[in-house]
Amino acid sequence: MAKKPSTLINMVVALLVITAVSGGLLGLVYGMTKDTIAEVDLKKNQAAIEAVLKTDTPIDRIEETVVDDLTYNLAYDAQGNLLGAAVKTYSNAGFSGRIELMVGLLVDGTINAVSVLSQSETPGLGANMVNPKFKDQFNGKNPASYNLSVKKDGGDVDAITAATISSRAFTGAVKMACDSFEANKSKFMKGGQQ
Amino acid sequence: MSNNLQTFTKGLVKENPILVLLLGCCPTLATTTSAINGMSMGLATTFVLIMSNLVISLLKGFIPDKVRIPCFIVVIASFVTIVQLVMQAYVPDIYETLGLFIPLIVVNCIVLGRAEAFASKNPVFPSILDGAGMGLGFTFALTILGCIRELLGSGSMFGFRILPETANILLFILPPGAFICLGFLIAIVNQFRKESH
Repeated sequence: MAKKPSTLINMVVALLVITAVSGGLLGLVYGMTKDTIAEVDLKKNQAAIEAVLKTDTPIDRIEETVVDDLTYNLAYDAQGNLLGAAVKTYSNAGFSGRIELMVGLLVDGTINAVSVLSQSETPGLGANMVNPKFKDQFNGKNPASYNLSVKKDGGDVDAITAATISSRAFTGAVKMACDSFEANKSKFMKGGQQ
Repeated sequence: MSNNLQTFTKGLVKENPILVLLLGCCPTLATTTSAINGMSMGLATTFVLIMSNLVISLLKGFIPDKVRIPCFIVVIASFVTIVQLVMQAYVPDIYETLGLFIPLIVVNCIVLGRAEAFASKNPVFPSILDGAGMGLGFTFALTILGCIRELLGSGSMFGFRILPETANILLFILPPGAFICLGFLIAIVNQFRKESH
């Protein structure tokens, strides 16, 4: 087949048709995948909240609120007493990209559990933060008696071998959640804003 | 038919994009920290290669020469975005680890290179074969590289632990390890190619 000559009209038509068809196709695929993507995100968020808030007391309801730029998922029992909070926190101090964590805190400020929502640290090094060996060391620790910074910086947290930067960022994010919760928890106590 | 077969197999060995042509080394070095990552990246690229070769070969009579590069890029970028959306919806875990490197398939020189050098000059069927061959050759190289780096660096393969954790050589997970492994792989391939001549 002979090539079309590169006249202005041919070029404009070719580009216009190709971009229009591509645009249409992308719109179609976006429409088809949009709901699934949102569902996957939601499910992951929900699973993380449940994982970090798991205690013996049954949770009656969970309320979402944003304070200090952090998203709180406040858990109340049937009487409207605050049981704890799953705080979505983050750090931009990681080795590569943003780290997002879900930190479960009890009313007295004790860390219940931590779950990693997203991270893009080096596989085999910083990415090991998702392993229980690192992240479960925070479980049951109260920031009042537990120094939330890595041992290298004089704290109590065991860093991941050869991934001090990632460990430091992780610890920083947890500390941010703890501090913010401590400062704001009186607001949350009385059954939220029913 | 033998011609078609050759079109397909040349990407696998004789003109393997990574091991012989050394095209598209950026994603190669960056995503092969584990076998599964390397393979996913390879397969995503293969899909884009086949589809873009197919479409560009179909459109080759319609695209005027002077605007062919922008046209190719739009076609390639569309398929990459489709891959990205589909991966995000159905394999979110792999999507998260590959993250940035999926959109970067757009500028992978293999894809544009095959469009320019092959699909824009050949009929549809050989173009598909060329895309598949090149893509699988790319996938093959990435998987091998990922296997070696994962085995030496994390002591596992496709996520299954083979060596004890104490035997891990950190270097192979980090970028320098990628260069070293790729260098050795190319040296081995070159030796074989020399002997077969």
